[in-house]
Amino acid sequence: MISEFWIALYIVVIASLAGYEVITRVPVMLHTPLMSGSNFIHGVVLVGAMIALGYATTPLEQAIGFIAAVMGALNVTGGYVVTERILQMFEKNKSRKKGA
Amino acid sequence: MNMLDIFDPIYIIAVFFFIIGLHRMSHPLTARSGIVWAGGAMFLAIVVTFFMPGMRNLPLMAIAMVIGGGLGWFAAKKVAMTDMPQMVAIYNGMGGGSAGAIAAVELLGSTSNPSLAALSVAGAMIGGISIAGSVVAFLKLQGWIKQRPITYPFQQPVNILVLIIAFVMGAFVIDPSILHGSFQPLLPFFVFAIGYGFLMTLPIGGADMPVVISLFNALTGLAVAMDGFALENFAMVIAGTLVGAAGSMLTLIMAKAMNRSVFSILFGAFGAKEEEGVSVTGSLKPIGADDVAVMLAYANSVIIAPGYGMAVAQAQQKVKELTDQLASRGVSVKFAIHPVAGRMPGHMNVLLAEAGVPYDRLFDRDEINQEFPNTDVVLVIGANDVVNPAARRQGSPLYGMPILDVDKAKNVIVLKRGQGKGFSGIENELFYADNAKMLYGDAQETVGRLVQSLKKL
Repeated sequence: MISEFWIALYIVVIASLAGYEVITRVPVMLHTPLMSGSNFIHGVVLVGAMIALGYATTPLEQAIGFIAAVMGALNVTGGYVVTERILQMFEKNKSRKKGA
Repeated sequence: MNMLDIFDPIYIIAVFFFIIGLHRMSHPLTARSGIVWAGGAMFLAIVVTFFMPGMRNLPLMAIAMVIGGGLGWFAAKKVAMTDMPQMVAIYNGMGGGSAGAIAAVELLGSTSNPSLAALSVAGAMIGGISIAGSVVAFLKLQGWIKQRPITYPFQQPVNILVLIIAFVMGAFVIDPSILHGSFQPLLPFFVFAIGYGFLMTLPIGGADMPVVISLFNALTGLAVAMDGFALENFAMVIAGTLVGAAGSMLTLIMAKAMNRSVFSILFGAFGAKEEEGVSVTGSLKPIGADDVAVMLAYANSVIIAPGYGMAVAQAQQKVKELTDQLASRGVSVKFAIHPVAGRMPGHMNVLLAEAGVPYDRLFDRDEINQEFPNTDVVLVIGANDVVNPAARRQGSPLYGMPILDVDKAKNVIVLKRGQGKGFSGIENELFYADNAKMLYGDAQETVGRLVQSLKKL
């Protein structure tokens, strides 16, 4: 049976390549929305915060877990809305042109 | 079938959608749908996590998510488009802080496994640096602390020392037996990790902030991946690694566009002397739209250098009309596009292309810089730092950033809303130059007036 360490390494290498591939072929104008979009994607930290809070036992753990969940939720919703708004800005100009 | 078995399949679907979403965001036509895909994946991953077996504190969790989610949503909706870069910074910092806090919870619970503890320490360290650095970036961009590099004597040794102490404390946290219980290393560890994040970001100037935000974005991704390993949650591992890699690439690309290395951005200001009150000579000379119209009409060659102000005022359609007017009079009109003009790379190309300005009129910095000395009139529309000649002078915070050499043209007309400074917070010497005149007002209105005046001539 392959050890967990090697499985972890496989995952990291392949996920890194996926991230690298996605970015190298990007037109300059999408760099900022992509930064914002990837900012949203690491909002998955909220899942970790939920687990940390969900298994917290002492009041201190609960307090820190609570803070983690608040910050994670901020990352998720804020990241989504900001990305949406930036991309919308590109879109708006398109529709305006069609109308003109 | 074990209850646990439904989580991994759903996390795999979520991760798949994250990658699809990021991929779609990297193409102009599908970009908008990309965030929707990623958003759907996030929703799925969050909802399923509620139903993990053995989860406690669910009401507390719901309250936390309503507070954080509501605040994030509301603030992001309300903030002006111009403030988007600092919003990305602060939300990224929140992610880093969350990752640090998760690691703290893991480390408080007695983990006997040293390799899991090491992963948590790494996640905590990177997350702590990320939140502190992002907060400083936010404060600088928001103008709540000064944007210029903040330096003090022995800055570099002090910072390195802080980082080393953070590492040592981290080692104590992983293996507390060395300390024989003399003190609890967890709190000092966090203090020094977060402290290093603050210290490393203070000396970085406002103009470099987009690159720095991108770097902290990548770091937060890494911290999330580390936490994912510690929690054995592979959605976090893959999404975090994805962002870590994509963010690192993006950081390198953005630094390259500014012709700066990431290293010089991070450590460039160390030991650099603060410029001692360089007095800007000359005065701001206002000019009226009618006079500018006459200048343009009788010029042989005109170059337009657009910047963020054009985007804010949505002036691109008027600029296109102006271009057509001038072209019909036989004036050669070109556009000088600086790679980091606007607050997003490629911002200007998009706006002008959408307005219908033909691609062959757009030139990037290297193509057009030698043409400025032979140009009669340069119209600077809402650009500031990318045309600031201070960038050529050693010691200026902008030093080293390649600029458009608009100051070498015979006449420079600067369209500007008011007398404020640029993104970097540095006074623009161009505006005071003898060949420069200021045309104040909203760019869309002003360019509209130029078009009207031209029609009457």
